[in-house]
Amino acid sequence: MINKDIVIIGGGPAGLAAAIGAYEAGNKNIVILERDNLLGGILNQCIHNGFGLHTFKEELTGPEYSARYVKKIKDLNIETKLETMVIDISNELIVSAISENEGMVQYQAKAVILTMGCRERPRGALSIPGYRPSGIFSAGTAQRFVNIEGYMPGKSVVILGSGDIGLIMARRMTLEGADVKMVVEIMPYSGGLKRNIVQCLDDFSIPLKLSHTVTKIHGSTRVSGVTIAKVDDLRNPIKGTEEYVECDTLLLSVGLIPENELSRKVGVIINPKTQGPIVSESLETSIKGIFAAGNVLHVHDLVDHVSSEAYLAGKNAVKYINGLLEELKMIDILASDGVRYTVPSTLNVNNVEDLTQIRFRSSDVYKDAYVSVYFDEERILHSKKRILTPGEMETVTILKKWLIERPNLKTITVKIEKE
Amino acid sequence: MYDVLIIGAGVIGASVARAISKYDLKVIVVDKHSDVCEGTSKANSGIVHSGYDAKPGTLKAKFNLIGNKMMGEFCQRYRVPFRRNGSLVLAFDVNEIPKLEALKTQGTLNGVEGLEVLSKEQVLAMEPNLSSQVAAALYAPTGGIVDPFELTISQAEVANQNGVEFQFNSLVSSIVKQTSHFQVFVNDTMIESKTVINCAGVFSDEINNQLSAHKLKITPRKGEYCLFDKEVGHFVDRTIFQLPTAYGKGVLVTPTAENNLLIGPTAYDIDDKYDNSTTAEGIKEVLSKASQSVKSIPTSFIITAFSGLRATETSGDFIIGEAKDVEGFYNAAGIESPGLTAAPAIGDYLADLVTKKLNAKMKTSYIDGRADLVRFEPLSVADKSKLIESNHEFGKIICRCEMVTLAEIKDAIHRPVGATTIDGVKRRTRAGAGRCQGGFCGPKVLEILSKELHKDPREIAKFDQQAILLVGFDKENL
Repeated sequence: MINKDIVIIGGGPAGLAAAIGAYEAGNKNIVILERDNLLGGILNQCIHNGFGLHTFKEELTGPEYSARYVKKIKDLNIETKLETMVIDISNELIVSAISENEGMVQYQAKAVILTMGCRERPRGALSIPGYRPSGIFSAGTAQRFVNIEGYMPGKSVVILGSGDIGLIMARRMTLEGADVKMVVEIMPYSGGLKRNIVQCLDDFSIPLKLSHTVTKIHGSTRVSGVTIAKVDDLRNPIKGTEEYVECDTLLLSVGLIPENELSRKVGVIINPKTQGPIVSESLETSIKGIFAAGNVLHVHDLVDHVSSEAYLAGKNAVKYINGLLEELKMIDILASDGVRYTVPSTLNVNNVEDLTQIRFRSSDVYKDAYVSVYFDEERILHSKKRILTPGEMETVTILKKWLIERPNLKTITVKIEKE
Repeated sequence: MYDVLIIGAGVIGASVARAISKYDLKVIVVDKHSDVCEGTSKANSGIVHSGYDAKPGTLKAKFNLIGNKMMGEFCQRYRVPFRRNGSLVLAFDVNEIPKLEALKTQGTLNGVEGLEVLSKEQVLAMEPNLSSQVAAALYAPTGGIVDPFELTISQAEVANQNGVEFQFNSLVSSIVKQTSHFQVFVNDTMIESKTVINCAGVFSDEINNQLSAHKLKITPRKGEYCLFDKEVGHFVDRTIFQLPTAYGKGVLVTPTAENNLLIGPTAYDIDDKYDNSTTAEGIKEVLSKASQSVKSIPTSFIITAFSGLRATETSGDFIIGEAKDVEGFYNAAGIESPGLTAAPAIGDYLADLVTKKLNAKMKTSYIDGRADLVRFEPLSVADKSKLIESNHEFGKIICRCEMVTLAEIKDAIHRPVGATTIDGVKRRTRAGAGRCQGGFCGPKVLEILSKELHKDPREIAKFDQQAILLVGFDKENL
């Protein structure tokens, strides 16, 4: 058994930032456990640019963005273990990990930070009828083949789902020589960022078919085509609108799911909306000493937000170890009226420094609507948004002084209002 | 010249091969697919039926009962996941209780032990997730669940390690009977064999009809299923049936031997023997029928849907034995449910017939059992630790959902009748069978297959040779 103050599970962007956050808060007894053979997580296969606009005020590729953090980790001499997979976390914060080189290693941690990221939703979750041939890939799997291995998973492609990875892969597959026929989205709006729709579809004249879905997969060995159809308001295919599209590949970009097997196993309470742990303002989960940040907590659009959130988790883990984190959850944060969820879901004023941020997503598209924050019955914030879509994460900032002025505050509610 | 040529490497072909491999004979199995277990054997309910459904006196009843009785010891010896979880046939109306009683009488006649009609209260106490509409149920404690992949693969392994050859990607185009042997044309080459055993599943009528005047007619009967995440693997503990209809045993709700939840199948006669596609209507029907049996189907935990074809013969019974008009030609045709249960028993029976005909002697060197087989995931932390010390490749997890290690995948590739495809690895190790369905481990398994088999990654297929995954290099088509 090895004693470590802070064990960080996952060496992607969240894990790296969490380690730096903890280090800069004064605790150097940290280890990052990463199952892959290099740090940086999914950023390694995100060779497109657009990363780091908030953090570094410049546009970086995924590997460039991650390299900056990896360099800092190396400069600070923070311990990292590669090809090491955590298989268990106990209630007493014993983290068991295995690797080819060291076999089973167990750490007794004072605090654990969960930064395992997320995974793609598979086809089965959609139950698309038809055959089960080769040629159906999640967009991220295809991205790995193309960007890391150098192989093309197909020549003519239909993409189901307009999540960001799907949009990015529409452009990538086109640039690498494939014919991307269309992106099909069941919702009346895209699940991805506006800038990706413009730069990845519009610029390459790839049609985005909103309110459409794939109703059948053809081809018994390799995909030979798909049937698409328009859907009604309840997202059921409309008879008579079917259209056959010839292709040898179907890429799925139908959502990401935080990867919380380990969290569930140790008993961390999961929010069914986010599929990530329920956390306090300090990003502490329902189990004392276990923190979570990044896509394992809730799926983010921008890595910059992952990094800033995880940095905070690292810092708070040190506060916790130093006995400076109050456990009492004084205020509940509720999502209502078009707000699908909030992170965090509780708040203790004494743990807030100058301000705290609440992140959320809307459950539908709202145009010219207001994001409102209520402190009990009192409306504290009311800001107009030209557009709110589920594809873009929103943030509201709460100042500590507002909280101090209202010592009897019980509930903060975030909602979307027409006026 | 072979002594025995077996057509089809499904669970029946593998069972026959395993049973015959005890004898000093030259035996070959040919299959048009690239692996064992690629037809009906890979897409079924995985049920070991207790035997109350089959009409007394039929081959279905006979082999179901023998198969059920031998399954426990058999699966232990060959390391096949099996659990005698018991089954329930539900009645939703008190007027249907006589039907349960009739099934019980039929089962008892067939030799099924322990059958009991339970009251609503008794049933709900056993299975709290059942619908409150349940009026009564027939309980069959001898019912079980088995991993159909492993039941097939294990027997192929045993056969192969005892000298049986397997030749894949080999479609039988025609068979000609000579005076004392058969000429079997496979991919334009001829294989000669003294005897032929037809285990060709939905195609067994076509094989039979080339040789015998007693024509068979197999109508593929499609069954669609939904498979659920292990998270809900204990939604029910027993296999839940509804009262059988003319088309089969109805839609069931069951845990699988690997602790997933499975619901299905539908039952529709179709024309195309290659059509294993799922349909929107089929999946809808499965969900709606299953929801009569249980309270609320946890649909958000569906990880995949699939369909399989039952080989339904017009007579309604199994066709097993030597063709009356073709000496040396044996059928195992029309093997639909309870075929999986019956398979090892059918294998023993046919091996007995064929080896008597050939006056074969038992081998002295026969190895009964499989080479060591290790599963990492179920072990304790201490045992995992020891295992990695003995072979460090157990320290590398390839499939995170099912916790399958590099050592296990390499073993699956290099075992007798080893995996050559992504699906082959999945069925042998469960890598890719979990909730992400190979999204994470797919590229890694492809890389391992390519390395271990010394093949270009572009030649690695999901299954069969045409189902390749990678079509070329980046920018090749620019």
